[in-house]
Amino acid sequence: MRRSLPLGIAVALVATLGSGPPARFGFGRPARADEIAAWNISVRPDGKGLPPGSGTARDGAAIYASRCASCHGATGREGPADPMVGREPRVGFPFGRDPTLVRTIGNYWPYATTLYDYIDRAMPLSSPGSLAPNEVYSLVAYLLWRNEVITDTALVDARTLPRVAMPARSRFVIDNRRGGREVR
Amino acid sequence: MDPVRMSRRHLFTAAAGAVGVAVLHRTGLTQGEVPADPTKVPGHPLSELGQRSPFERPHRVVGGAYQGASLTPLQELFGIVTPADLHYERHHAGVPSIDPHHYKLLIHGMVERPTIFDLESLRRFPAVSRLHFLECSGNGAPAYRNLRPDVSPQQIDGLTSTSEWTGVPLATLFREVGVRSGAKWFLAEGEDAAVMARSIPIGKAWDDALIAYGQNGEPLRPEQGYPARLLVPGWEGSANVKWIRRIEVADQPFMTREETSKYTDPLPNGTARQFSFTMDAKSLITFPAFPVTLPERGWWEISGLAWSGRGRVTRVEVSTDAGRGWAPAELQGPVLPKCHTRFRFLWRWEGAETLLMSRATDETGYVQPTLAELRNVRGSGTAYHFNNIRAWRVRRDGRVFFGLEE
Repeated sequence: MRRSLPLGIAVALVATLGSGPPARFGFGRPARADEIAAWNISVRPDGKGLPPGSGTARDGAAIYASRCASCHGATGREGPADPMVGREPRVGFPFGRDPTLVRTIGNYWPYATTLYDYIDRAMPLSSPGSLAPNEVYSLVAYLLWRNEVITDTALVDARTLPRVAMPARSRFVIDNRRGGREVR
Repeated sequence: MDPVRMSRRHLFTAAAGAVGVAVLHRTGLTQGEVPADPTKVPGHPLSELGQRSPFERPHRVVGGAYQGASLTPLQELFGIVTPADLHYERHHAGVPSIDPHHYKLLIHGMVERPTIFDLESLRRFPAVSRLHFLECSGNGAPAYRNLRPDVSPQQIDGLTSTSEWTGVPLATLFREVGVRSGAKWFLAEGEDAAVMARSIPIGKAWDDALIAYGQNGEPLRPEQGYPARLLVPGWEGSANVKWIRRIEVADQPFMTREETSKYTDPLPNGTARQFSFTMDAKSLITFPAFPVTLPERGWWEISGLAWSGRGRVTRVEVSTDAGRGWAPAELQGPVLPKCHTRFRFLWRWEGAETLLMSRATDETGYVQPTLAELRNVRGSGTAYHFNNIRAWRVRRDGRVFFGLEE
């Protein structure tokens, strides 16, 4: 039967052979609150991330005409960029069967908050990030009104936007493919 | 030989005699110059940066400018590694220019220690290098609808490439910042003009996600996310956020445009599948394929690529008789998980018209479906994940065309 190693040797062995990676390396530096705030632009379906400010479709019409219409068309249907407006087809959700259907905000987008998030981060294409919160809220309101989701006087802000019920919301399901024999 | 080049050489030789050794050194070929007999004249001198042979002009096929894609010339490549300058592109607002000395990655949200990592600190962590494919989930649409015969592997499936990626496991960074219990997702956000953002289930970070800064032995190319990108092996390209600058850990997905309006899969049953990250098993023959013409009958080696986002490819079968009979192809090792695998199949062409097809099986037992099988479950309106079996029609005159038809 082996005798245990003297304590000093055992400690030395652990120190040289047995030391795995540390729990933390300590690389990087703490992020300051102002640094996080400067970059944290994401908006969630529950409204987290929406800034102060508000707008209506009536406010948004002029902003849309000057900042968006050149790519998206006079009413959001004409392009040349992706059409954004339209509720057709009014019945069902036949996009899986019909490749000619156009996916718009009104017939496909499941969350209204996505509009704020996307316009704020990426639009207009030539000068992204240039719209003030009131302008973004107004454009969101305008596009929701054009898609017959809200009225042209409805105030869109951090409180109301997460409550907007999008027509296609119930259609979305999480991926159920799992590999194996079945093709889904 | 080109008489102009010939006379220039005589000039050089004369000059060398007159001016001496310093000039003699320059009597070798200039880069790109081609003599009739390379053994009779010194070659071109050493250089700081290598170039392709002037006889090789592979190129991406580019569609769009800032929001488009460019396709890898799969039919011109050997093995599995894609040269970095031929890696496919898909951008949402162009390729940003980022100074690596000012680069920062912020990790915050449901973490104990919100942290900023510069490039130096990312590179200081224990690194890993792994070979993985990337594939745009919209890859392969010409094999699913609007079928036509005159399309090449590049035009059909060029939105996939393989690289050796080097980086730090995201799990290492998440341990560093202390992810809180209850965290289920993280947002990965880029520093491009689209500030491109995707929500990723946090399990992928603990599994095999990387913050990659190396590609085929050198820093990432700008088109692949310089100086650092997210790599989520086996998952659709758009989830591998390039130029990553911010990771926000959360208890729910953010529902960005790229996981709601785009990159979702409406199904024939009236639902739309969301967060369909994994690229299912797929293969395609890259030779012979349009626009190649087989000049004569006889022995030809069929060759192609197979891959699966769920792990290793375990089998590739080839049919040389339009799918009636299938025989196993040889898989070129190493066969790596979530990586292109080269397959080869020796074939004797007797001159008859036929269809060549390949079919991949992965380690989960998933078998690449036929076009009819895939359309049956996905419908004709789907816009992503076109991994059905491809076919090439070899005509009696040796010309090869894409072979799927309505």
